[in-house]
Amino acid sequence: MSAVTVVRNLTKTFGNRKVLDAVDLEVLDGEILALLGPNGSGKTTLLKILASILRPSDGEVHFDGVRVTDENVEKMRMQSSLVFQRTVMFSASVHDNVAYGLRMRRVSRGEVDERVARVLKLVKLEGFEKRSARKLSGGEQQRVALARALALNTRLLLLDEPTANLDPKNAGIVEEVIATANRELKTTVVLATHNMFQARSLPHRIALISDGRISEVGSPGEVFGRLSKALASFAVLDNTFSGIARVGEDGVTVVDVGGGVQLEAAEGRVGEVRVLVSPTDIIVSRGPVSSSARNVIRGRVTEMRDLGGVVWLRVDVGRVFTVQITKSSFVGLGLGLGGEVFLVFKASSVQFL
Amino acid sequence: MNPFDGFIAALQLLFSVNPRIIEITLRSLFVSGSAAIIAALWGIPLATLIAMRDFRGKFLVRTVFNSLIGMPTVALGFLLFLAFSRETGPLGFLRLLYTPTAIIIGEAILITPIIVSLAITAIEAVDPEIADLAKTLGASESQASFAVLREALGGILLAGVSSFNRAIGELGIAQFVGGFIFGQTELLTTGIWVELQIGNPETSIALTVILLTLVFAINLLLNLVRRRRG
Repeated sequence: MSAVTVVRNLTKTFGNRKVLDAVDLEVLDGEILALLGPNGSGKTTLLKILASILRPSDGEVHFDGVRVTDENVEKMRMQSSLVFQRTVMFSASVHDNVAYGLRMRRVSRGEVDERVARVLKLVKLEGFEKRSARKLSGGEQQRVALARALALNTRLLLLDEPTANLDPKNAGIVEEVIATANRELKTTVVLATHNMFQARSLPHRIALISDGRISEVGSPGEVFGRLSKALASFAVLDNTFSGIARVGEDGVTVVDVGGGVQLEAAEGRVGEVRVLVSPTDIIVSRGPVSSSARNVIRGRVTEMRDLGGVVWLRVDVGRVFTVQITKSSFVGLGLGLGGEVFLVFKASSVQFL
Repeated sequence: MNPFDGFIAALQLLFSVNPRIIEITLRSLFVSGSAAIIAALWGIPLATLIAMRDFRGKFLVRTVFNSLIGMPTVALGFLLFLAFSRETGPLGFLRLLYTPTAIIIGEAILITPIIVSLAITAIEAVDPEIADLAKTLGASESQASFAVLREALGGILLAGVSSFNRAIGELGIAQFVGGFIFGQTELLTTGIWVELQIGNPETSIALTVILLTLVFAINLLLNLVRRRRG
């Protein structure tokens, strides 16, 4: 697969602060690449440089093999579109907002109207053309912003935390549109997020970014399977808990992670620790099961997400756990929101970070 | 004449469609409108530059323009009179003293600080991400600046109308560099003053009513436009 954009040794400083530090990255044609990292890690700055609206302090950006320079930056800007995390609307109608980029490209009026109608239908905002964009709800505005970018049909679509602060309904629509644009329009997507659910379900590849550096790049399975320290350093990583470890009566390590939850671990540790339980290591049952697993915890299902072949559950046991089960298990167990379940996992599944 | 009689006489004068009153009114609109347009032509680009760029001394430049808003018209009028004086003034060779052009130039200088200061405030109030948004949608630097100006249009219109109001209502510059030459440089403000001096208070009142009505009507129009834009 060829690369749409190649970034080499990219550095960006604001005053004395280095926001990006020697970043190397390739965005492959037709993929969805997630930039996964905590707030302040440099994701937005990298997206702005990829969008050619910010120039790097050092390093190179190539788009389709052509290096972006001060001379061609305005032309290269036409190759991509960026949707900001904080939705910004022109004080104009929805139609005029979506049409702005098309008018910059001198598209004929008839085609502008046709494309605006098409993308508004895609984001489920048909009939909103004449409404004032700034008077829409936050979720609707974010969908207008997405439509405004999609109308340009650029090769590269850059999205900065596209579902942050959205309610589940609007977030679902936005994610569905992103997937559709990638699948049907063959749009290459770079998505900045700190949402682990989103990072697992949408992208083909993930680049972990922290303190302005990219530490790992790989498929979601590879990145989450490795359970690296870089990934674990993100506060929002599922099933990562801080706690106090002690040696129990039978010599097993017991970690108190708060909320009345105590986990048994195989490795011997004492004192302040940080532990992780992989969502794929947890078995879900409707009742307490008799097994060799040392950890059996009762909780309630608070969130469910169907990802096709598998289902992700959030279960509140005093602390919130994320669990991955197969779709057939999910159906077989007849699980529902608020339902009582038991989480079962081995002591060896409790990993110290 | 008591004020009430004077007001009745003024209304009669107004409704009699006096050609001289119409001429003075139209000249005032032309002179002040021209001054506002000229000030906008150089003031808005200047305000855009100051508002959208960071440079050393920006605070000082803003302070200077803010201070000049309160420039006394008599002082500016006198300085311009000295500059345009035909015998001794450095600009005397232009032979502009006691012409509408001299008043237009003087009023344009007077209102430039108003339009620059208010336009800077309006542009700086625009969401700072608008320019980036326009650029990511394919706008060039100048098109992005224009997008910001469009967002600030309500404030810029207010700046223009405030400047026009200041120009049409000022007396000092019109007196010093325009005089009150019959059929040539008579304006509403100078007319109010001169007609009172020569014993025609009803004409002064009529001109005052017209001046106040114009200012009110123009502000009403501005507010209607701003409300329509939402």
